[in-house]
Amino acid sequence: MSDDAKGGLDSVGDGPVSSDSTEADPTPSSGDPSQHASVAALIERFGDAVLRHALNAGDQWVVWVDHRKSHEALAWLKNDAAHAFDMMSDVTAVDYGQGRPVEVVYQMYSTTHGRALRVRCPLPHDALEIDSVYDLWKSVNWLEREVYDLFGVTFRGHPDLRRILMPADYAEGHPLRKDFPLRGRFSRAEQTRRALNQDVDRFYVTDEIEHAEPQQVGAAEVGTLPASSKASGESV
Amino acid sequence: MSTKTVEINVAQGREMGPGGSAVPSPLAPFDIPEPDLGGDRMLINIGPQHPATHGVLRLVCELDGETVTRVKPDIGYLHSSFEKLGEYRTWNQIVPLTDRMDYLAPLIYNCAFVMSVEQLMGIQVTERCKVVRVILMELDRIFGHLLWLGTTAIDVGAFTPFLYSFQQREKIYTLHEALTGARITTSATRVGGMMADLPEGWLDDLLEFLDRFPKTLDEVDRLLTGNQIHIGRTQGVGAISADEAINYGLTGPNLRASGVAYDLRKDRPYYDYETYDFEVPIGEHGDCYDRYLCRMEEMRQSVRILYQAMARLPEGPINVEDPNISLPSKTDAMSDMESMIHHFKLITEGIPAPEGDCYGAVEGSKGELGMYVVAEEGGTKPVRWRVRPPSFVNLSVIPKLAEGHLVSDLIMINASLDIVLGEIDR
Repeated sequence: MSDDAKGGLDSVGDGPVSSDSTEADPTPSSGDPSQHASVAALIERFGDAVLRHALNAGDQWVVWVDHRKSHEALAWLKNDAAHAFDMMSDVTAVDYGQGRPVEVVYQMYSTTHGRALRVRCPLPHDALEIDSVYDLWKSVNWLEREVYDLFGVTFRGHPDLRRILMPADYAEGHPLRKDFPLRGRFSRAEQTRRALNQDVDRFYVTDEIEHAEPQQVGAAEVGTLPASSKASGESV
Repeated sequence: MSTKTVEINVAQGREMGPGGSAVPSPLAPFDIPEPDLGGDRMLINIGPQHPATHGVLRLVCELDGETVTRVKPDIGYLHSSFEKLGEYRTWNQIVPLTDRMDYLAPLIYNCAFVMSVEQLMGIQVTERCKVVRVILMELDRIFGHLLWLGTTAIDVGAFTPFLYSFQQREKIYTLHEALTGARITTSATRVGGMMADLPEGWLDDLLEFLDRFPKTLDEVDRLLTGNQIHIGRTQGVGAISADEAINYGLTGPNLRASGVAYDLRKDRPYYDYETYDFEVPIGEHGDCYDRYLCRMEEMRQSVRILYQAMARLPEGPINVEDPNISLPSKTDAMSDMESMIHHFKLITEGIPAPEGDCYGAVEGSKGELGMYVVAEEGGTKPVRWRVRPPSFVNLSVIPKLAEGHLVSDLIMINASLDIVLGEIDR
C-alpha cells in the first residue's frame, strides 16, 4: 500500500487512500487538562476510558473517549450540573483511511457555563457501532442518520436509522469513507442503468409512515398516479 | 371527537396597535365540534417540487382531516457531496464550494470556512481583514433574512413585502458584484485574507444602501407586524419552549425566538464582535411570529454593526504578509524570481496545515454555522471537512413543531424555520 494519498485525477477511480492497511499511531496528549474543568473531571471520573486529550487550534479542547463508555460519559457530561452540556451542536465522523479507526466526533456546548468541548470516539474498522445519544439530545436525530448514511456507523438505539442524504436503495456503500472513489463504486454505465431502471412509482407510495394502512390512504390510486413517469423510464 | 378551539391571542404582552392598544382579533374564536369523518387518515405529499417548500424538499404528511398528525421530511434531492469533493481540494480551492451551499448568504459561508482554517493553522488575519469580514457577514445576514422575509410573507398571502425585500436584495447583489464579480457565487475569501480589497467607492455604495434600507424595513414592518392576517397565521403556530429548543438543536433566530439569548457573536465571539455595540433580540413564545420579530430586529442590529464597522475600518494590508500563505501580486510574480516561486508553490501545493482539528463556528443567518476541519501533519488538503449545517438541524425539528397543526400552518412553520436546501443536502 502506498503511503501517499493520491491526488487529482489519479484518485477519481479509486479512493484517495485505501482503508485496509494497519498502522498504529499513538499520539501523545497535549495541553494541561486542569485548564478545562470538564476535561479534568472527565479524566478523574472515567480514568482509562479517556484515551487521551488535546488542546487544538489554540483554545479547543478535545478528549478521546473509549466508545464502550461513550454513552455513559456523554450522559454524565450532560446531566452533571457542574458541566451541563445541554447543546449537542454536531455529530460527525472522521475516516483517516489506512485502517486507522473511524472516529465519531461530538461537538458540545454548555449554555450554562459557556464552555465548549469536543469528544471523539475511535471505532475499529470492523465494528463500526456506537450507542446513540438520541435519548439525551434530540438534535442528534438527523446528524446520526447522516453519519450512518455517509460512514456506515451504526448507532445502537437510534429510533429511525435510515439513509438520509443518499437514496434509500443506494447500493454503492458509504461515500465519505476513504476507500470510496469520488465517482462512486459502480461504472458510469451501471449507474445510468440503475437510474433508468428505478421504479419511480415507489417514491410516490410512501412506506415512511407505517401505520397508515394502504387501503385507507388510497395507496392504489396514489401508486398509479404518475403513469407518465413509468413510460419515461422505458422510453429513455 | 375532539373539539378544536382556534384562538388568536394578540395580547401576548406586545404593543400592537397605535397607542399601545391590542389589535382586535380578526376572527371570533369559535368552538365547534368537528364532524365525524370516519377517522381515516390521508397521506399527502408536499414537494419535492413546490414553491412553498422553499427548495427541493419533500414532506410526507399524514392528515386527520386537515390536521397534520405526522410529518416526515425527505431530503437529499440536492446532494452534491461537497464534503467529499473538499477532500480532493486544497484549502483555498474549497472556498468556491462553500458559497454554493447557502446561496442566500454566501459571504458568511466563505468567511466561516477560512476562519476555521486560519484558526487551525494559527494564522492571525490583519485588522482590516477582520473588519471587512464583519462587514460582509453582516451584509449577508441582511441578505439572507430579506429573502426569508419576502418568501415567507408570500406563503401567508402577503405579496408586497416580497417586492420590497427583493428590491433591497437586488442592491446587495449589486454590492456583491462590485466586490467579487459575481452576484451569488462570491468566493470572496482566501486563507489569510480576501481575494481582493474593497473596490473604490464600494463603501459609499454600502453607505447609501444602509441609509435607505431601514426605511424599507419599516415599511415592511408596518405591513406585517400589526397585520391581523399575519398575526393570525403566525402567533401560537409552531411554538417550542426554550429547553426543548436547545435539546432539539435549534440555533439562530429560531432558538432566540424561544427566549434563549444564545448568539455566537456574543457567547463565543470571533472577529472582535464583543467590541461592537449591538443587541441580541430574543422572543418569548418560540412561535412563528416571534421568529419573524427576531429576524426583523436582527436586520436592524446588523445595520448598527455595519455603521460601526465602517467607522472603524482601518487602513493597511488586507492579506497577511506571509509569502507561504498569501499569493504575491501579479506584478511581483511576473518580475521577481522569489515571488514567482512562492506563487508556483502556493498554486501547485497549497498551504500546509498542522496535525489537528478545528471547529470554527460563526453565527450564520440561519443559526450556528460550524466548519470542522481535520488535517494531518503538513496536509494541504483536509482529511475531513465538515459543515455543521444550521438549517439541516433546524429542519429536523419540523415534525415536532408541525404535528397537531393544520396543513396551512405546516407551510408557515416550514417557512419560519428559514431553510436553504443547498446547505441541508450539501
